[in-house]
Amino acid sequence: MVPSSYYLVLSAVLFGLGVVAFMFKRNIITIFMSIELMLNAVNLAFVTFSRHLGNLNGQVFVFFVIVVAAAEAAVGLAIIILIAKHRQSLNVERVDLLKL
Amino acid sequence: MSAQVIVFFILAAVAVLGAVSLIVQRHPIRSALSLIVVMVALAGLYLLQGSELVAAVQIIVYAGAIMVLFVFVIMLLNAGEEERTNVSRMARYVGLPLGFFLMLQLAWWVGRGTKGMATAASSSPAMTRNLSKLLFTDFLLPFELTSILILVAILGAVVLAKREN
Repeated sequence: MVPSSYYLVLSAVLFGLGVVAFMFKRNIITIFMSIELMLNAVNLAFVTFSRHLGNLNGQVFVFFVIVVAAAEAAVGLAIIILIAKHRQSLNVERVDLLKL
Repeated sequence: MSAQVIVFFILAAVAVLGAVSLIVQRHPIRSALSLIVVMVALAGLYLLQGSELVAAVQIIVYAGAIMVLFVFVIMLLNAGEEERTNVSRMARYVGLPLGFFLMLQLAWWVGRGTKGMATAASSSPAMTRNLSKLLFTDFLLPFELTSILILVAILGAVVLAKREN
């Protein structure tokens, strides 16, 4: 059996890479994908703890996370299409009206 | 090292390389394909942990449905390569090392904190049945609420997409 801590370290690394991608990518679609990467890392931690503690609740929560991610992707991509139509660009630096 | 540990390391390497590739690639469609690689590797890790249902849902819903939506939107918008901007020099030389430092810190402390965790017992064969039972008894209300959430998301997407008329 693989120790649970290996899975948790992998989950932390993937989450960190998701944060790095979120900070450094300029394309709004790629930024959205890095959020999905972070959600995946959290799902891995959920499944690992579920197995480790012998409690299935964690795996049920993975399903809820996946459902929320699907809903988020549907609405978020609709917003991205609108932004792309208005600004003619997918670069986040062109979408800074709320910036001081 | 047992065979399971070797399989774990192969899948973990594939997942981490896919995530790094998501950052390095400049074209969004290549980033999307890297993310699909990460998701398939994670599905393999779920299988390794004995949760078959989660692995199947990961492939079908995440890699199958959500990522197809992403790829579809990338093709629809005809998204090209990322533009380089002139502020990104500071980001490259200060921000990127700090970002990776954050990642290493996170991994280091999680690794330290969970070092003593014993290996859990292997999964029961009737896991999928127990999981379904749990989903439709204890978690029935959240389950129904997610269907409302999906409905709201569908309506929101339709309203957003139709606004220009």
